[in-house]
Amino acid sequence: MSSTLAPAEVEVRQPEGADEIERDRPWIVIVWNDPINLMSYVTLVFQKLFGYSRAEATKLMLQVHNDGKAAVSAGTREKAEHDVSRLHAHGLWATMRQD
Amino acid sequence: MELDRRIERAADGAIVLRFRAEERALLREVCEELEELLTERPADPALRRLFPPAYDDEQDERAYRDLMGDELMNGRRRALETLAGTVDAERLTAEEAEAWLRALNDLRLAIGTRAEVEEDTLLEGIRPDDPHALDLELYAYLSWLQEQLVEALSAG
Repeated sequence: MSSTLAPAEVEVRQPEGADEIERDRPWIVIVWNDPINLMSYVTLVFQKLFGYSRAEATKLMLQVHNDGKAAVSAGTREKAEHDVSRLHAHGLWATMRQD
Repeated sequence: MELDRRIERAADGAIVLRFRAEERALLREVCEELEELLTERPADPALRRLFPPAYDDEQDERAYRDLMGDELMNGRRRALETLAGTVDAERLTAEEAEAWLRALNDLRLAIGTRAEVEEDTLLEGIRPDDPHALDLELYAYLSWLQEQLVEALSAG
């Protein structure tokens, strides 16, 4: 008889659907304040890229300006990456992270 | 600096340009300079605001660069070429105006970064002995143009 204490094989089971939940948590696109992009330009870019009204876009722009950042869109990783790249193409300082 | 507007929206919605000869030459020159910098020294610190990271995670960021890097770079080059190539035009198509919007912004991002522009940088009364005086004058001029273009496009 072996004296070696082998750990019992325990199957660690994830709760059903955990992977899907992890994957499905939305990604958030954040635009950060910077000293160069003009306020009027940032507002126009938000309108153009996301279809926000002038009032909505202005509110988001002011949030970036006053609070240092604002979440401008959310969705799947692919959508967020697409949005970030469009913001980057327009010279805005955008990053993404999972919520 | 003369205060007549250089970029306006015509009654029919077209974007109309009114540049003097020396301004056209200057705009062509700064576009060529930035294009050269993008091509020859893409890692130059003046370009860092043109290529901000998308992800905190290094590996994700590398994958993003691999996927999007060329497209972002080529888009920037095309916009600069469009601006330089249409600076003599009297009117811009909607597509050309969009390229102007992006190119003017990229020029401001690069020149403003080189001139160490911060939130509180004053563009009125730039001191001639400021080591960045020339860049700041250019930055102020490009910002003035961009405000006009944004206003013209926002009116639509």
